[in-house]
Amino acid sequence: MSKMSLSCPMPKLDFETITLGHGSGGKLTNILLDSGVFEVLKNDLLDKRHDGAILDLKGKVAFTTDSFVVSPIFFPGGNIGELAVNGTVNDLAMCGAIPRYLSLSFIIEEGLPMTEFWSILLSIRDACLAAGVQVVTGDTKVVERGKGDKIFINTTGVGEVHPDAAIDLTRIEPGDKIVLSGELAAHGMAIMSVREGLEFESQIESDTQPLNHLAKELLDEVGNDIKLLRDPTRGGVATVLNEIARDRDLGVSIAQRDLPINDQVAGACELLGLDPLYVANEGLFLAVVAEEAVDRFLTKCHANPVGRFAKVIGTFTAQHPKKVVMTSSIGGKRVVSMLTGEQLPRIC
Amino acid sequence: MRYLEEIKKTVTQPWTIMEVCGGQTHSLVKNGILNMLPKEINMVHGPGCPVCVTPTSLIDKAIYLAEEKNVILCSFGDMLRVPGSGKSLLDAKAGGADIRILYSPLEAVKIAEQNPDREVVFFAVGFETTAPANALSVLHAERMEVNNYSILASHVLVPPAIKAVMDDPESKIEAFLAAGHVCTIMGTSEYHPLVAAYNIPMVVTGFEPIDLLQGILMAVKQLEAGEAKLENQYTRMVRPDGNPNAMEAIYQVFEVTDRTWRGMSNIPESGYQVKAAYAAYDATRKFSVNIAEAPENPDCISGAIMKGLAKPNDCPNFGTKCTPERPLGAPMVSSEGACAAYYHFSGLLAEQEV
Repeated sequence: MSKMSLSCPMPKLDFETITLGHGSGGKLTNILLDSGVFEVLKNDLLDKRHDGAILDLKGKVAFTTDSFVVSPIFFPGGNIGELAVNGTVNDLAMCGAIPRYLSLSFIIEEGLPMTEFWSILLSIRDACLAAGVQVVTGDTKVVERGKGDKIFINTTGVGEVHPDAAIDLTRIEPGDKIVLSGELAAHGMAIMSVREGLEFESQIESDTQPLNHLAKELLDEVGNDIKLLRDPTRGGVATVLNEIARDRDLGVSIAQRDLPINDQVAGACELLGLDPLYVANEGLFLAVVAEEAVDRFLTKCHANPVGRFAKVIGTFTAQHPKKVVMTSSIGGKRVVSMLTGEQLPRIC
Repeated sequence: MRYLEEIKKTVTQPWTIMEVCGGQTHSLVKNGILNMLPKEINMVHGPGCPVCVTPTSLIDKAIYLAEEKNVILCSFGDMLRVPGSGKSLLDAKAGGADIRILYSPLEAVKIAEQNPDREVVFFAVGFETTAPANALSVLHAERMEVNNYSILASHVLVPPAIKAVMDDPESKIEAFLAAGHVCTIMGTSEYHPLVAAYNIPMVVTGFEPIDLLQGILMAVKQLEAGEAKLENQYTRMVRPDGNPNAMEAIYQVFEVTDRTWRGMSNIPESGYQVKAAYAAYDATRKFSVNIAEAPENPDCISGAIMKGLAKPNDCPNFGTKCTPERPLGAPMVSSEGACAAYYHFSGLLAEQEV
């Protein structure tokens, strides 16, 4: 729950749960929106309450969209609201852009308690403040019980591309370094730890956070020596590395001992039979950086809390094109393949 | 890397060693150990993958219970993608059946308590390692008077499987790494008669890369010296008399029975079934399910792989007609299956230097 919720109490309302009428577009919709959405997310563009927003952007513009259906909607370290903001902010940052404006759409299953909606709204506001973006247009729909799962959120975002950014997979060459900006697998394991039927006590929290400020600092510092930025969310680091290796027709070689991972997360993965390389992340990125710039890149990362665990995890190579090969902690080698379906827990 | 060096120094001739447990197979492949061993040592992969040996008809039965009997079917996640004769549990789930992935059968008892108007069945698959927890779930349900809980038991046992592998006239296996976790429960006494009967070295081995290298070294030393004895590499976990409490729970609920192993046909006295005293918690007795025995897919050579007669990449369908997305047999989908290990971690390059 948001730290700021105390300072922003929910307004007094004559309803406790959201019902179908709140998505009708009529009076109830207005009551719901006036109860706080517009006030909480207040800014000049949103305040016009028009059908859309008219934006003033300069230069190249990056544009992305993402839908959020996480279950449970509240999880250790965050909730679906801040995830929806950070997810789109980070996708823009991975384009080398400075995120500016978001749209925000809710699809709510009737029966969602207003208190939960309020908490989500406040964390959306906090996440926007932290990332420096504004919600400028949006939509609210309510569906019958059983037709959704509490709340789904879609955000679409635009941002201005950094003048020195040259994010382009085709520029990757053998010898380029792969940097991971934080510790692996925390988000996926935080969600797993509260999924039905698991109930293991853990202190693992999601790593959801905006990456745009660090990304901008890095672009300011090393500019076009950054050849690619990706956030390894679903499918994890292994999937992203495989995609890059396949698309660039180069090999990737990584070392198991260089992978940054928190002991608790590693333990939880071991217990549940999951490979951290395939587990979802929300608050870290993978960067491909020219070898000569990598020291400056890492120094800049380590000076920002978001990148304090940043590490070089591997290198591009002309050998074994399209394959990701990992040197295990005891020196053996194996191919790290792309994930098939959902990673299912093992039996014993 | 001391063990690896010592293996290289010790070995003078080719040896074929089987690791029984699928967890060991995965560790060998995942850590690149197969490619590090001297070429004289041929590791073949055993039947120790419970999901792989669960017969097709039992998966069909589980699907039938979930689809036709409105049962909440609970299972370990591994089982879900394994193809039955028509579809997998995952297909049935997508079609609307109430199938839930759990990590513990005790969770299933809790679900039964919370849903008194529904029947809850736990698909109790596994070797001796999961038997105590499954037995405890039955005892717990009895104590809590939860009457809408039952288990669909498909328990299999390691020693009869080793016997079946050795009795195959084509078998070339010269030593075994026995499964450490199974022996943690059951102890090691069952293995002495096997060592004596087949005059074959056997090393109870763990799952970490270092455990496996040490286990292989111990087996190679015996082979080179012409010895055949039972040794225990996994001493930090395995005591000769096992875990008496766990065994007591098993023997209270289960009794030994003949079992059909997928790909390996019927093996006498090779599994557990629920005792008559606990018939109320036995899904096979509780629900009448009449499903025709489904034949195995003739294109799948999983039986030969699990007996150590073939490697996954010997199969003409490996990686082509059979992939984890469209498996012909269970070893391609289980996280302990040998085919899945080769497919995921070797990228179709198993045995080949990358």
